[in-house]
Amino acid sequence: MAVATRTLLSLRDVHVHLGQSHVLQGVTFDVPEGGVTALLGRNGVGKTTTLRAILGLVGRRGSVTLDGEALGSLPTHRIVQRRVGYVPEDRDVFTGLTVAENLRLAERDEEPRYDLVYELFPDLEQRSAQRAGTLSGGQQQMLAIARALLNDNRLLLVDEPTKGLAPALVAEVAHVLERLSELTTVLLVEQNLGVVRRIAHDAVVLDQGRVVHRSDAKELLEQPELVRRLLSVGA
Amino acid sequence: MMQRRLLSDWLVPLAVFGALAVAPALSFSIPKVFDQPISSPGTLQLLAACVLFGALALTYDLQFGFTGLLSFGHALYIAIGVYLSNIAITDWHWNFWVAILFTMGAAFVLANVLGFVSLRVAGIAFAMVTLAFAQAGAVLALKDPHHWTHGEEGLGADYTKLPHAFVGILNTKNLYWLALAFLAVVFFIVRWAVESSPGRVWQAIRENEQRVEVLGMRPQLYKLQAFVLSSTLAAAGGIVYMLLYSGSTLAVTAPNFTLTLLLMVVIGGAGSRWGAVLGGILYTYLNDRLVAVGSSSTVEGLPHALRTPLEQPLFLLGAIFILIVFFLPGGIAGIASRGRPTGLRRLQEAIRPDPTLSAPQEEL
Amino acid sequence: MSTWLLLTITGLGLGAMYFLIASGLSLIYGLMGVLNFAHGAFITVGAYSTWWTEAHLFSGVHSTVLRFLLAALMGLVVGGVFAALVELILIRPLYNRHIEQVLVTVGLSIAFVALVQGIWGTDAKAFVVPPWLHDTTTVAGAHIPNDRWVEIATAAVVLGLLQLFLRRTRYGLIIRAGVENRAMVQALGIDVRKAFTLVFAVGGIAAAVAGVLSGVYFNVVGPDDGTSLLIFAFIVVVIGGLGSIGGSAVAAVVVGLTQQYTNYYASSGVGDMVVVLLLGLVLLARPRGLAGAVIGARA
Repeated sequence: MAVATRTLLSLRDVHVHLGQSHVLQGVTFDVPEGGVTALLGRNGVGKTTTLRAILGLVGRRGSVTLDGEALGSLPTHRIVQRRVGYVPEDRDVFTGLTVAENLRLAERDEEPRYDLVYELFPDLEQRSAQRAGTLSGGQQQMLAIARALLNDNRLLLVDEPTKGLAPALVAEVAHVLERLSELTTVLLVEQNLGVVRRIAHDAVVLDQGRVVHRSDAKELLEQPELVRRLLSVGA
Repeated sequence: MMQRRLLSDWLVPLAVFGALAVAPALSFSIPKVFDQPISSPGTLQLLAACVLFGALALTYDLQFGFTGLLSFGHALYIAIGVYLSNIAITDWHWNFWVAILFTMGAAFVLANVLGFVSLRVAGIAFAMVTLAFAQAGAVLALKDPHHWTHGEEGLGADYTKLPHAFVGILNTKNLYWLALAFLAVVFFIVRWAVESSPGRVWQAIRENEQRVEVLGMRPQLYKLQAFVLSSTLAAAGGIVYMLLYSGSTLAVTAPNFTLTLLLMVVIGGAGSRWGAVLGGILYTYLNDRLVAVGSSSTVEGLPHALRTPLEQPLFLLGAIFILIVFFLPGGIAGIASRGRPTGLRRLQEAIRPDPTLSAPQEEL
Repeated sequence: MSTWLLLTITGLGLGAMYFLIASGLSLIYGLMGVLNFAHGAFITVGAYSTWWTEAHLFSGVHSTVLRFLLAALMGLVVGGVFAALVELILIRPLYNRHIEQVLVTVGLSIAFVALVQGIWGTDAKAFVVPPWLHDTTTVAGAHIPNDRWVEIATAAVVLGLLQLFLRRTRYGLIIRAGVENRAMVQALGIDVRKAFTLVFAVGGIAAAVAGVLSGVYFNVVGPDDGTSLLIFAFIVVVIGGLGSIGGSAVAAVVVGLTQQYTNYYASSGVGDMVVVLLLGLVLLARPRGLAGAVIGARA
């Protein structure tokens, strides 16, 4: 049911070297505006590195364009200020700060959307004064997502949000992401295909630092052979 | 290929050392460069110091430039050479050669013990521990519990117990040759060590210690080897230092002493064999001669505010050092290597603040 | 008893100075990964600025106390500005090149000491302070020099102000988060580099205070003051844990007291060595120091 939409984010021939290894070897794909685009692939193919390259957290060659504007060699904070949110793979909440402080630090807009955050994560409101380091893994994940939600971002880069979470929490995260996808565009790295099936519209598959497949998410997931070949898992 | 290797590896250095050895016979003077004729004791003393510091800088470069160990306590081992040999000869009245052997043995043992302890940590912590050990040594030398070092007075060497060849102004040329011989020895030992198979591991550790571990080798052992070799050679240099200056003073125990070695190495070019030597020679020469620049007529004419810093050699050297770090991280040797990463650019591991944090990696 | 009290108060006074220096070093390293050897220069700048303005700028002021306070204030301002300039000109351009940053601070420390020696000579200068500071107060039979109280009080005030700054202001929040994870702060759209300059300035001010206090404690200021105090401050920072103000405070007290007691009850100089030994032990047992970020991997 793909509706013709604008392209929000576009990568062209992006190369990244980390130390001696050539991690991204010419990544090219587009992310349409609205909904969830899933970035898939086996472990170690460069999914996380792709997100980090978009944000300028690693040096890259090649072009990244956000809504028509080339990001060039803008420093990370400037890219984020162009309304990009990031939920990293290891959550990276500040353990020495309280929940409230973690959120306060993330404030960027004139009117941060605390009502939305607390509506989706009432638990966080209750634990405002609690040190983030004492939160459970699932709660930290919620906090990491809440941080990105606080501002009116037009693009969210989300890296494996369900990793290590119990099934009940996985469902909760999927639900939150669904809500998010109604508000903004999400580029989601995810290994859990159930979540992908539920919320993603488009799928981009990486292998060895390159894009090897591009299609509608549901189309891909309905072909178990293809899924197995590309992702080495049963669908 | 073999021809070129023979040339650059052996003939060129030997030719250079040979040329330098001729100095005491040159009775002409080079105005502005030296005050007096080259063969005069004054100039020879300076040249000897230059050459000696070239060697000492090279011993430091072995740890720093080649293995990536940033130590702030290298001076400790030089001080051991300077003081222990002198104490054995002058306070304990030992035979000269026995004292030398004893000093080298003590330095070797201490380097192993302190090195083992220091290398239990890496990066900044290692730098701090080495600084602390050196500071402990400095305090010991200053407080002088057994009245051996004579604290701030310093300890003049008992010249009756030193080999006659090294005593007296007329024999300055022998001291010069001694220093030159020491440089040659250190040069060839360091080169042999660096090109040996442990030496290649040292360089691999400098680039990426984790990869060395992954390959199944224990970096600890290799780092200790480099550390002990470097420190023991430094102690030997300390003995030469003691002979050159006929005694021991607390200057060698100051933290600044190690820092000046660091300056020499970086200015010359860390991790290149002759860079450190050049840095040591140049620094020592400039430190001595810049005082003359300061009192030259050009500088005298400048307004007081400009003149004062220019009269201070250390200010100029510190400033040159900063400029080199900014614009020429490969040091002087880096100029010759045209684009390949040299000097500081190769030192990935020495001082990364927190290897365990998920810090972004910079593209090279 | 009275000796012990005198030793304790003196040790705390010494610890106060170490803390002032260590707090800046700790923040700078914790946030920026820079081991700032030029911190000694900040100490010296504070000491010399105070000494100079006391004699030249404020010589017209009659009250010695007021004159001293004004001079000290100038010292702090100059210290802070100098530190900020060092960061902007020398450190910022070398962003993420940690080894070059450390080396630049080493070069600066050497050049700076030489400069001061060139301008004012190698001799120590007499430091003029309100006479009250030279008197003693008798407590439980011990004659405690009054300057000790001032040192301890100043350090306590600075500690309080620092904690307030870190916990109640936005920049304090940024710094606390940045010490933990600099990259993530950037990924929240915050330019950490502004915090770098601020942290250098704060460190410079605290170091300048230490410089002034050292002038009070030793009665003189000399070009080498910064360097000699710096080594012990480094030890305090490492023992206390890089990046932790609270850790520095505790470690400063421990080091100051240990030094005093050992130097007296054992013999002069042994205290210094014991402190060094303490550093070694702490590092081997706990590379993180008492409370801080990892400073060097367990090798």
